[in-house]
Amino acid sequence: MVSPAPGSGPRLHADTDVCAGAGQCVRAAPELFDQDDGGLVVLLAADVPQASLPRALDAVDLCPSGAIGLR
Amino acid sequence: MTPSAPRTPAAGESAEPVAFPLARSCPFSPPEAYAAMRGNGGLTRAAVPGGKEAWLVTGFDDVRTALSHPASSSDARHPAFPALGDGEQAVAAELRPFIRMDPPEHTRVRRMLVGEFTVRRVQAMRPAVEEICREQADHLLSLPAPADLVGEYANRVSTTVICRLLGVPMEDLEFFRRVTSVSGARSSTAAEVGAALSDLFGLIDRLIDEKAQDPGDDLISRLVNGPLARGEITRTSLLSQIGITLNAGHETSRNMIPLAALDLLRHPDQLELLREDPSLWAAAVDELLRHLSVADVITLRVATEDIPLEGATIPAGDGYIALLAAADHDPRAFPEPERLDITRTRRNHVAFGYGAHQCVGQNLGRLEIEVALRVLFEKAPGLRPAVPLEDLPLRSSSAIFGLEEVPVSW
Repeated sequence: MVSPAPGSGPRLHADTDVCAGAGQCVRAAPELFDQDDGGLVVLLAADVPQASLPRALDAVDLCPSGAIGLR
Repeated sequence: MTPSAPRTPAAGESAEPVAFPLARSCPFSPPEAYAAMRGNGGLTRAAVPGGKEAWLVTGFDDVRTALSHPASSSDARHPAFPALGDGEQAVAAELRPFIRMDPPEHTRVRRMLVGEFTVRRVQAMRPAVEEICREQADHLLSLPAPADLVGEYANRVSTTVICRLLGVPMEDLEFFRRVTSVSGARSSTAAEVGAALSDLFGLIDRLIDEKAQDPGDDLISRLVNGPLARGEITRTSLLSQIGITLNAGHETSRNMIPLAALDLLRHPDQLELLREDPSLWAAAVDELLRHLSVADVITLRVATEDIPLEGATIPAGDGYIALLAAADHDPRAFPEPERLDITRTRRNHVAFGYGAHQCVGQNLGRLEIEVALRVLFEKAPGLRPAVPLEDLPLRSSSAIFGLEEVPVSW
């Protein structure tokens, strides 16, 4: 399988201003998200590998505060 | 909206408001009336204690919308705030726990706490929680059967875990258990609850002083020597925030663990799946959370502007309650919602709420429930209820649903 060039696939964004620190994204996709010491979202990878796409969508759906999105 | 415009936002609404809260007839299902309310176009009018009326939101999508909309206010000082208990609104308006605040104030206080409950921090607590559960299971099983799974196991696990996290010394644990058993009991009078809360606040007040002098590796020490010392929070507010964290962290797990144990015993096929493949435990905990949704009526809100839902609109200025158990039993979101099925792939239940107020301790809650159940079934493979499930006394008047006691044999 050929991976798309970086930047051509779906990209994640995270907004720490609205993040509620629930940690749902880390549970859903630990390879894409982390929390800083204060509990707020840290994006580990903005470009989503194909294999992680279902988990990225899960994370977006589970986030209670609308802090993360995929576009 | 003109003053003469009808306030009725939905067709099919019954003329008489429903008396709320409603009792469960079965501990493992939401009140039966929720199912019929889903046909009301999304909103049902309810009469809540104290003579006020509020809207009940029951659909999964509607509940998520109603809890994440910017016009959703949690501020108990609003006259339309649909409090469910005598004096609940006055107490919340005075103490101002962060669960009853709006942004930006809510955001500021919540952010003092979220770092304590990150996925990583909670994972690091697993060995300590396992040790606590083993000790308490040994205690339970040392008693003559039948023994009470609530008082002799779940309550001891949840109080020990939350007190250790916050830094309540072990010598104060019995005092904390006594006080919270009074403040959360259906049989307690308002005066008894007031006295118990005052005792609890006295304990926290003393701990704030002690931890300023001699800080430990615990949540209260970090809040006292961080935000309080820096003047970012008043001592009065800190007392309230520690009080709600202790209470919420204790009562939820205390109620969930025995209900979840019984729910699995009622579904031996599901328990068998877990015995064959322990990696299913994480999913099982989320399914038990969905199925039982014990915090059903904690989500009291006021619409500060019109909040449009799927088939209706919550009018500006009205109080509403987004029913978590109703959402988690919406068949459009969870087919055959009454069935406990730990292999469900969809796990976006709202048992911990939704929006900016979603439970700050949810990761610890999941860990506690999982470990408490695993240890219990491992140490007592023959665990069974000692009375018919229909005879178990329900704890319906509390904000968090639970059972008063659960006699078990093994």
